[in-house]
Amino acid sequence: MLERLSSKQMASFAARGFLRFDGRVPLDVNEQFMDEAGGRNASNYAELMANSRIPEVPAGTGLMEAYANDTALGRLVRLPWVRGAIESLVGPGSLIDHHFLHVLMPSGEQATTQHTHQDSTIDPRLTFDVQIMYFPHEVTPEMGGTRYVPGTHLRVVSEMAVARYQNIAGQEHVVCPAGTLIFAHHGLWHGGGRNRSDRVRFMFKIRLNPTVRQERLWDTSDLSDADCAQRPIFHVKSRRDADHIHSILTRGERWFENDTGRIEYINRIRFWRFLLGDESFDADYWVTRVENEPLPAEQLGSLGNRSGNAPASSGN
Amino acid sequence: MRRQQVLVLYLKNSALDSGVAAWALYDGTGRKRHMSGDADEPPYGTGLAALEDGWRLIQASPLLDHGAGDEFRTGYLKYEFFFERLIEVE
Repeated sequence: MLERLSSKQMASFAARGFLRFDGRVPLDVNEQFMDEAGGRNASNYAELMANSRIPEVPAGTGLMEAYANDTALGRLVRLPWVRGAIESLVGPGSLIDHHFLHVLMPSGEQATTQHTHQDSTIDPRLTFDVQIMYFPHEVTPEMGGTRYVPGTHLRVVSEMAVARYQNIAGQEHVVCPAGTLIFAHHGLWHGGGRNRSDRVRFMFKIRLNPTVRQERLWDTSDLSDADCAQRPIFHVKSRRDADHIHSILTRGERWFENDTGRIEYINRIRFWRFLLGDESFDADYWVTRVENEPLPAEQLGSLGNRSGNAPASSGN
Repeated sequence: MRRQQVLVLYLKNSALDSGVAAWALYDGTGRKRHMSGDADEPPYGTGLAALEDGWRLIQASPLLDHGAGDEFRTGYLKYEFFFERLIEVE
């Protein structure tokens, strides 16, 4: 039985670009992975790869064909809550884009951290890949766990072009128990730390491509009409429900600029429309307001919006 | 002999006295190596606070019109301010 994600979890993924599950992978799977990775006592990466029993996988291989059932990775991706999360995000039949064992040897104070970046290359799609980050052992603050910046995933930037932003308000650093998984949107900005401990740090990443339209793949049984109805905005007399899907989609991050923070809300709402398959959805009226063109598009002509174009469709 | 220290602040809007969204430091004296992820709180609360501490503003990003059809695309941080400070070294 798959344990699919809830609508609130999916809304949080749409807004922040990741879902994190600390210490959920069973200990014996973590131990088996460490054995198969081959690097508990390796002194360099070449030695580790020579010992590793993690398979090479051609790009585009089906996830369920990539790892034998009795291997650690095979067991991991078949855990009901892991497979449920995967299928909620990228559906059944997802393909492995690539996987990679990230290894950080103890570096003392001399090494530098990895620049913040978005993986792969510039990618303006609404369709998204998911990157599973698996932390098979405890990560302490000294070990330089992956740094990531919540809410950056919808920014259209080109890989390391964002490296100049050394520090971003609200950035988070992975410090976690063994068996932690992060499911990240492919656009989430991130970077590796430096390992000031005396232990090798491991993180295994699997990038998955969907093969189906990513529409209502999660457990939508918790959705109701109230999630689509408009609420009073600005002039409100009581604290609003922080767990409401509109609240989740319009909660800012510390790094948000005053003006583009609001555009982030609009882009999140358009992303949620894509996931719902419902172009009428809006949260707190952000998109309805800027799409309100009472004249039919064909009558607008050069009177159209002030950019001189006919009004954009509601898709992104 | 003098060496340059560079501070880059990414502010919340185009006003120099607005808050800090992101930042970077580069120290030409070689005394300290700043790097990605090395601080979770900004060195100053606003750009103005950096001026008050002796940093000289040497560049500010211009305000650009939004391209037609591209008004809702977000990418790089918009409000970039470069500061410098010259430090005497031996």
